[in-house]
Amino acid sequence: MALPQAKQTATEERLATLSLPDAGCTRKAREAAIARVREMGLPGRRDEYWKYTRPDTLVSVEAPHAALFDGEEPDIFHDFDRLQIVFIDGVFSPEQSDDLTLEGVSIDRLEDICCKDIHWAKDLYGVLETRGQVPVQRPLAALNTAFASDGVAIRVTGKPSKPINLVYRHASEDSDAILHHIVRVESDAEVTILENGPAASRFNKCMEIDIADNGTLHHIRAQGRDHQRRAATHMFTRLGKESVYKSFTLTVNGVLTRNEQVVELTGDDAVAHVAGACVGDGDFHHDDTVFVTHDAVNCESRQVFKKVLRNGATGVFQGKILVKEGAQKTDGYQISQSLLLDDDSQFLAKPELEIYADDVACSHGSTSGAIDETALFYLRSRGVPVADATDMLTLAFLAEAVDEIENEALSEVIVERLQGWLSRRR
Amino acid sequence: MAALDQTQVKEGVDQETVDAVREVSTYKYGWETDIEMEYAPKGVNPDIVKLISEKNEEPEWMTEWRLAAFERWTQMEEPKWAMVNYPEIDFQDQYYYARPKSMEEKPKSLDEVDPKLLATYEKLGIPLKEQMILAGVEGAENMPAEGRKVAVDAVFDSVSVGTTFQDELKKAGVIFCSISEAIKEHPELVKKYLGSVVPVSDNFYATLNSAVFSDGSFVYVPPGVRCPMELSTYFRINAENTGQFERTLIIADKGSYVSYLEGCTAPQRDTAQLHAAVVEIIIEEDAEVKYSTVQNWFPGDENGKGGIYNFVTKRADCRGDRSKVMWTQVETGSAVTWKYPSCILRGDDSQGEFYSIAIANNYQQADTGTKMVHLGKNTKSRIVSKGISAGKAQNTYRGLVSMHPKAKDSRNYTQCDSLLIGDKCGAHTVPYIEVRNNSSRVEHEATTSKVDDDQLFYCRQRGMDEEEAVALVVNGFCKDVLQALPMEFAMEAQQLVAISLEGSVG
Repeated sequence: MALPQAKQTATEERLATLSLPDAGCTRKAREAAIARVREMGLPGRRDEYWKYTRPDTLVSVEAPHAALFDGEEPDIFHDFDRLQIVFIDGVFSPEQSDDLTLEGVSIDRLEDICCKDIHWAKDLYGVLETRGQVPVQRPLAALNTAFASDGVAIRVTGKPSKPINLVYRHASEDSDAILHHIVRVESDAEVTILENGPAASRFNKCMEIDIADNGTLHHIRAQGRDHQRRAATHMFTRLGKESVYKSFTLTVNGVLTRNEQVVELTGDDAVAHVAGACVGDGDFHHDDTVFVTHDAVNCESRQVFKKVLRNGATGVFQGKILVKEGAQKTDGYQISQSLLLDDDSQFLAKPELEIYADDVACSHGSTSGAIDETALFYLRSRGVPVADATDMLTLAFLAEAVDEIENEALSEVIVERLQGWLSRRR
Repeated sequence: MAALDQTQVKEGVDQETVDAVREVSTYKYGWETDIEMEYAPKGVNPDIVKLISEKNEEPEWMTEWRLAAFERWTQMEEPKWAMVNYPEIDFQDQYYYARPKSMEEKPKSLDEVDPKLLATYEKLGIPLKEQMILAGVEGAENMPAEGRKVAVDAVFDSVSVGTTFQDELKKAGVIFCSISEAIKEHPELVKKYLGSVVPVSDNFYATLNSAVFSDGSFVYVPPGVRCPMELSTYFRINAENTGQFERTLIIADKGSYVSYLEGCTAPQRDTAQLHAAVVEIIIEEDAEVKYSTVQNWFPGDENGKGGIYNFVTKRADCRGDRSKVMWTQVETGSAVTWKYPSCILRGDDSQGEFYSIAIANNYQQADTGTKMVHLGKNTKSRIVSKGISAGKAQNTYRGLVSMHPKAKDSRNYTQCDSLLIGDKCGAHTVPYIEVRNNSSRVEHEATTSKVDDDQLFYCRQRGMDEEEAVALVVNGFCKDVLQALPMEFAMEAQQLVAISLEGSVG
């Protein structure tokens, strides 16, 4: 079907400003991705999948200006022993990064992969993104595959002793970064990947994760505090037999964030948990879009998303569990909740189920409302000042999502950040 | 129902449920009335629109209204977002008007109606006689005969055959007649309200309906009147290749109450037939309307041949404060269902309720649900939907709950459960939730575990296991819904009560 004229024009205008990097072995994948973008067109405000989030500033030719946040606080994960890979405005910084050698894992810059013709990378780059285009189109991810200017390829073969930390620093107020990472977790391997930082004025990030049988990947992300930054991120994850994927995202501020998670359970007995906690104040729009496909027997998936909103902030959740024919014994769970701290904020949700197998237990729930007056009264009657009581209840509300993080030390730093946000907003 | 017999039912789904689904899947109304018909030429164009208007002896403003709608329709596209697949409909390969020859001269009273038509309704269990109870309804004789009356408007293809109890209703001040009659007799009411809830250009099918609707029912209940009997319209499609486009307009003035029932059936045919209706309900201050439907159009045979394509727009506008509407639907028929009875809760303290049981078997596809639009303060809505799929059917719940910034202190509770019988069918849930103020509470859930904790605790305390307790509580609740149906429908729906929620999915 031909694209509407306006959409086609917008797409071509955007494409005209981008140039294909010297891509080596990823060239074919990139060219195919450009064709996909042309076929789908970049998202527009009338697209059903963008019903609650306006994509204009994510697809515009120029990245909107975004002031830098001058907070003095160190990186959220600075207390942890980790291997840092630093990107400044989307460009790898060898000076600020650690040495990339670590036992049990091989890390290459995407650029180097391109000329080395490494098989696993060639077989992964753009592949999961392409699979993730059906049944819902994700043109921004295809755009990313085509034009990603940097990124890393991580192959995990053992159990590295420390987490790999992708740090995204924001330095220029008009930066427009496109990063693409690929991760392959081999059989029985296990890794933790941390991500943090505001990245750029506008950030388009795509991560393709392929987890082989019995592999495990933990992912914890804290999206940066810069108030005016914008981000569209995609994570495409494919899980093999008995593999585990657990992802948690903390979002504090940022004028526009759209996080898409596309999870495909293709091996029996696999487990996928995706969770998110976001706290938004004022000019803040946060969108979690999750699509979980069950295509194997006896898999488990969980989606837990909590949003605290105030001062006109907007929270969006679009979640879907698709259980394909034959994916029996599926256990699918999905919860999305918002706590609206005042009357101006809004929560928009579309929690979907699509089920083609009869022996499954799938449930979803979604609620929205203010702080529970009874609980507040209880705490106050015990002598807790109202501000403290509100904070306590807000943290308790977010706890279900934060609890999805297995590592206690990591979940503690997340809670600290949330407490910080609350105390700044007394 | 060969398909269902061979289906391996998974453990936990009880036999009673399977039998009940099988039972309702046997279509009893597939016969045809052999009667001489008069058709408008095939297809739709301004001339056909004018012809329909002329046949109904409508005033000019009505004809203009229709033509404007037709003009609009030609610029619209068929919606594709529903989870239903059907071959492209050729809108020019349909008859838009068909009436029995014997209806050429409008009968002045029921005694003059063609006996063949009367026999048809007799056979359907809806005799057009002014009697105390509806005969032919199974088990009706066991019900307390305390003078329950039901006034019936019978619509056969494109025309209303007759309306019973009109005189008695008139004494109470209630107007109950066919819409074609209302356009002639009460133009001021029709002019004021028609298209005020479902605007002409609302959606593709509603616009088509606005252009070509041929008949339907009209109800006006004056201020403070409690309608002395239940009102009912029975829609029958009989002619082949003919679409039925009916229009229903119900106005409940201040402080009034009316309960309205709707039933529908069609003969068994190999080719699919189109049905696109519009129902508009206006509810003023303190008024209440109860609208119940048992939709039993021909669903197609077990190979998916034939059946009715049911594209319906139903909407209630709770304009006044403290107004109330309740939709109850039992959807068992139609090859394709596209239906979202909605509530606009405009008045403060107004209430909307939606109870639905949708059963799809063989190749049936149902995409149904509701919209609750909260505009007024302290408005309340409740949605309870149960979808059951068997054979190769697809059943989708699609709903919207929207809390506007000014709808302070409003409340919504949504529960939708689905049950799959067999591994070749599908069950889907597509809820949209939009909350734009923080004093409102919205809860959507689709699990069987979240029934009232107190009740659950009580049952558990008496030694039941969790599943048993949940089933008991939920089934008890479901029975309440079915019992809320007027008696005549409760009989028809009773066989569905056996359906348990065990093994259900969200």
